[in-house]
Amino acid sequence: MALLEVRGLCTEFRTPDAVIPANAGVSFNLDAGRTLGIVGESGSGKSVLCRALLGLIQSPPGFVTAGEIVFDGRDLRHLDETTLRRVRGTAIAMIFQNPMSGLNPVWPVGDQISEGLRVHRGLSPSAARARGIAMMRQVGIPSPEVRYDEYPHQWSGGMLQRAMIAMAMACEPKLLLADEPTTALDVTIQDQILALLVELQERTGMAMILVSHDMAVIAETSDHVAVMYAGRMVEVAPTAAAFRTPRHPYTLGLLQSIPRAAGDGRLTPIPGQPPNLARLGDGCPFADRCAVASPECRTRPVALREIDPGHWTACHFPERLAGLQA
Amino acid sequence: MAIIEYILGRILQMVPVLIGVSLVAFLSIHLVPGDPVQIMMHGRATEEVLATVRGELGLDRPLPIQYLRFVGGAMVGDLGKSIIQKAPVDEIIGERLGPSLFLLVYSAVLAVVIALPLAVVAALKAEGPIDHGIRIVGIIGFAMPPFWVGLLLMVLFGLVLRWFPISGYGRTFIEHLWHLFLPSLTIAAFLAPILVQSLRSAMLDVMTADYIEVARAKGLSRRRIVLKHVLRNAAIPVITVLAVNIGWLLGGAVVVEYVFAFPGLGSLLVRAVGHRDYPVIQGLSLVFAVIVMVINLLADLSYMAIDRRVLRR
Repeated sequence: MALLEVRGLCTEFRTPDAVIPANAGVSFNLDAGRTLGIVGESGSGKSVLCRALLGLIQSPPGFVTAGEIVFDGRDLRHLDETTLRRVRGTAIAMIFQNPMSGLNPVWPVGDQISEGLRVHRGLSPSAARARGIAMMRQVGIPSPEVRYDEYPHQWSGGMLQRAMIAMAMACEPKLLLADEPTTALDVTIQDQILALLVELQERTGMAMILVSHDMAVIAETSDHVAVMYAGRMVEVAPTAAAFRTPRHPYTLGLLQSIPRAAGDGRLTPIPGQPPNLARLGDGCPFADRCAVASPECRTRPVALREIDPGHWTACHFPERLAGLQA
Repeated sequence: MAIIEYILGRILQMVPVLIGVSLVAFLSIHLVPGDPVQIMMHGRATEEVLATVRGELGLDRPLPIQYLRFVGGAMVGDLGKSIIQKAPVDEIIGERLGPSLFLLVYSAVLAVVIALPLAVVAALKAEGPIDHGIRIVGIIGFAMPPFWVGLLLMVLFGLVLRWFPISGYGRTFIEHLWHLFLPSLTIAAFLAPILVQSLRSAMLDVMTADYIEVARAKGLSRRRIVLKHVLRNAAIPVITVLAVNIGWLLGGAVVVEYVFAFPGLGSLLVRAVGHRDYPVIQGLSLVFAVIVMVINLLADLSYMAIDRRVLRR
C-alpha cells in the first residue's frame, strides 16, 4: 500500500468576487522512500497542494472542499486538529521556499530546530539541545555547538535552509514536503541543498514530495514526476518516461523551454498566459495555449488516464505530440 | 560585548540631548518678551524690589554665567527657589515626583494588563463580532474626556459602591495601589485602546509572516504559536507606542490629577505657569525631559531584549 494516497483533492479560495479553484481534483500515490517531483509554473497549485496535504490552508479564504488524503492508512482530512497537529512536524514535515524569512528572528536558530522535539517528543531542554546539535551536524552546519545559539540574521540563506531542513528532519518524518526548497538560493548552494536532501532520504528512507518550477531539479531527484497546470495534474509518470516521451503538450512545452548549453541557444517558450482559474470552462484548461488542440478540446472535459503502464496524461490527443518532438 | 556597547551607546546619546534640553529650559525664562522679573511681580514692584529679585535669581549676571550656574546647580540637585512658595524647587518637585511616577507606572501596567488579552482575542478573531465589539468599546473609552471618565469612576466605585477612595495618595505601597486605582484606571481607559489597536494590528501583521506558517507546519499549538512566536515579535511596535504615550502622560495626566485632587507634577506645572514661577518651570522642564529620556532608554533596552537584530549595525 502506498504511504500517501491523494484522491480527488479540491481546494478553493473564496474572494468576494470569485471562487478560485486552486486544486481541482488532484490525485496521486506516493510509496515510502520514493520522491515525487511536482512541477508547474507559478499559480499552478503546487504550493497550495502541499499546504492542503498538511491542513495548512488558511480558512477563510481557503477551503479544502473534497477529496481524501490517506496517509499511513488514515485520512488526514478527517483527523481532529490536535491529532493532525501531531502528524505535522513528526510524520510529515515541510520545508519552504524562503529560508530567510522562515525562521523567527527573535529566537536563536537552535531553539527553533529543537522546538519540535520538545513539543512532540517531550525532550528536556538539554536533551533537545543535544539532539538539535546532532541534527545540525547531520545537515552540514559547521560548529553547531556555537551556532545553536546564534540568531537567524547572523546566517546566510544556504545555512538557513540547512537549518530549516534540520528542523523538519528533527522528528524523523516519513514524508517530507519540500516546496521550492532551492528557488531562493544561489545556484551553487542549490546543488548542495538538493544533494543534502537526497542523502538524508537515502539515510532515513523517508518519502519526499519535491515541488519545483525547475525541470532540471526534478530530473535530478525524483522517481516520479507530476506536472501541474491550472490546479490539476495533467501528466504523472516515471521521471525518465516523462522526460523522454512526454504525453501532454504542456509537459513538452516545459521541456522545450529548458535552456541547454549544448543546444543552439534558442528556447521555445509556451505561448500565452496561464488561464484565469476563476473563469475556466468545461474543456481542457491548456487548450488555448496548445499547439495540437482541436475545437472539441475546449468543450470536452478531460481527466487523467493511464495510457502506458504508470504513465498518466490528461490530454485527449497525446498521440499528436509525436510529430512535435524534435 | 555588543550588548554592553549598545547600552553604553544609548546612554552616551543622552548627553547631547540633555545639554540641549537644559539650554532650552534655561533660555525659556529669557525668551518671553519683556523683563521676566517684572512679569513675575505683575509689574507692581518698585525698581529696588525688582533689582533685589534679579539679584536673588542671578539674572543680573551675563547669560553664559547664568547658564553654567543653572547647570551646575542642576547637577547637584539645586534648581533654585520657587518665587511663589519660597521653597527650593528640588524639594517641591521631589515631593510630587514619587506620586506622579507611581501613577504613571500604575496606569501603564493597568493599561497593558487590560490591553493584552483584548488585543490577542481581537487579533485571533479579526473582523469578527468580538473584534468589532472590542474596537467600539475602545473608541468609546478613548473618546470620552478623561475628566468625565474620572468623575464616572469616582461616582460609581467611590461614592456608590465605596470600593475605592476618591482622592489622596496614602502612605504605604498597598495604600498607594488602593488610592491610585481610580486615577490609574482613568488613564488606562485612555491608554488601553491605543495599545489594543496597535498590538492587534502588529499581531495580524506578524501572523502573515513565513515563520508563523513554518511554526504551524511544525505542528505547534495555536496557543504556543501566539505566545512564543507572535506576541514577542508584535510587542516591538507596541513598546514604541507605549513609550511615546507614557512620556506624554507625564504632563498630560494633569486633568486626572485635578479630578482626584492628586498631588502630581502636572498640576504643579500648571500652577507654576499660571504664576510665572520660572524656577519651577525650568526645573520641571528638566525633570520631564530626563524622565522621557529614561523611558526611551528603557524602550531601547526592551527592543534589545526582545530582538537581537537591533544590535546589528
